[in-house]
Amino acid sequence: MTAARTIVARHPPKSAAIPGRAARARHGWWTANRFLVLRRAAQLGFLALFLTGPLFGFWIAKGTLASSLTLNVLPLTDPLVLAQSLGARHWPEATALLGAAIVLAVYLVLGGRTYCSWVCPVNPVTDLAAYLRRRLGIARGGPVKSSIRLWMLAMILIVAALTGTIAWELVNPITALWRTLVFGSLFGLWLVAAIFVFDLFVVRDGWCGHVCPVGAFYGLIGRAALMRVSARGRARCDDCLECYVVCPEDHVITPALREGHGPGPVILSGDCTACGRCADVCPERVFVFTHRFDRTLDAAGADGPGNTSMNDLCTDGGQR
Amino acid sequence: MADESTMTGKDALSRRKFLHESARAAAVVCAGGVGLVALARQSRALPANALRPPGARAEQKFQAACVRCGLCVRDCPYHTLKLADLGAGPAHGTPYFIARDVPCEMCDDIPCVKACPTGALDKSLTNIDDAKMGIAVLVSRDTCLNFLGLRCDVCYRSCPLIDKAITLEERHNQRTGRHAILEPTVHADKCTGCGKCEKSCVLEEAAIKVLPAALARGKIGEHYRLGWEEKKKAGGALVPDLIEMPKRLPGISP
Repeated sequence: MTAARTIVARHPPKSAAIPGRAARARHGWWTANRFLVLRRAAQLGFLALFLTGPLFGFWIAKGTLASSLTLNVLPLTDPLVLAQSLGARHWPEATALLGAAIVLAVYLVLGGRTYCSWVCPVNPVTDLAAYLRRRLGIARGGPVKSSIRLWMLAMILIVAALTGTIAWELVNPITALWRTLVFGSLFGLWLVAAIFVFDLFVVRDGWCGHVCPVGAFYGLIGRAALMRVSARGRARCDDCLECYVVCPEDHVITPALREGHGPGPVILSGDCTACGRCADVCPERVFVFTHRFDRTLDAAGADGPGNTSMNDLCTDGGQR
Repeated sequence: MADESTMTGKDALSRRKFLHESARAAAVVCAGGVGLVALARQSRALPANALRPPGARAEQKFQAACVRCGLCVRDCPYHTLKLADLGAGPAHGTPYFIARDVPCEMCDDIPCVKACPTGALDKSLTNIDDAKMGIAVLVSRDTCLNFLGLRCDVCYRSCPLIDKAITLEERHNQRTGRHAILEPTVHADKCTGCGKCEKSCVLEEAAIKVLPAALARGKIGEHYRLGWEEKKKAGGALVPDLIEMPKRLPGISP
């Protein structure tokens, strides 16, 4: 029975309703879009922290996503960039090591690929491509394994060791786009345009879901990360499949949503970007943000949570 | 329940599929990796007019250490430093400056070095006069106004280490027969490579240019000894009883 449901789930009907419409009708616009709005606000907010300096002379965050200094006290360094530097046989100074430790710790709590959907500047671009793909009805596209990004991750570390340079940063579209946005260098735009076209016409969620080694790296962190999304209300699921349609990593849903396909209702896969779009579009309010050890399930027939929120992370919200 | 042979067949098929797909992924990624290696190797070459910030480690080491965060660029008060766009010459995203555009003002507190989180800019540089961003070379003796017998002197006057890094060496002007030529002369051991001389050169194309040390300086073989210095060290001639050679100048009889 569950197997049959899964097969259906992997092939959402083309005539599927525009995801989120039912949720909006039942719960209002804000509830059906809150995580999307919060994510865009977060992405713009992080950018704004870096832009107040160059635009208004008031420095909050300096640098790029590779390494930054906030309010002249908080150093943050991308652990993957630092790992490449180590691979290239440079032992970084304490500031960078501390910055990378802070970033690692934060994402171990907040969920690995939350970086991808809440911070990364490429995300709005690939989200737009995915949205257009859905609206234009472009077929799913070429057979590219999503495990290719793990190969990519290994490759960039090997290339760093082989060449003795942080080679990936020559082409990394994330930091290139960030430099475009805060320093004005232009090449990042070309890279991102290429990714947009690739995602739109070649492979659905092609870059973020298949190729990007940075996402793969944060996905590895996510495998152990504390904050997770849970299909706590899966008993209410009526198989509308809207979550599968909007999810950029839809293979992560089944083990949590379908009883018997995984250890529990929590999405434990590191691939989940914790974008919360499933929680937005689900008319039955199945998905909530919680922590990885929260195994609570809503009883069948119970109403949806009155106010599903990030607060569930900190309280034992499942005891209702 | 499927019989055992079918199961084995299915397993074999999925294993084959798995291996095939893995091999394909590996092949694609390897191709990308080869491209990245090629790009990285090409990016190692720094154009001769692109200078690294003070304290920058040797280029190869620099590219292992620099995370391209731009914090040095942000803390440069004179907007000297820029981050390289892809195709600008220096490795994509790394900081550099072009002396002829904006030279280094040699801040006493060296804020760019302080800002570097990784050590790509070496914090053991505490006195900016010890910086070695490059070495100025008077590359164009035929166009330098001082070499033509004029008193331009602008590079000499603009040098932050005037009379140390650049001196004026007097020699006879053979063209006029009665004037002096004051040659701007760079002393490579003192020059920091800040580029003020190149920036200030009044010519359309600067006659004095800051070049990377590797291009600007020769290197004496390790085994060479300078006789006069060895003599000074030893406190006297190293070869006793030097034989006086016969004088062979024409018109002088021995």
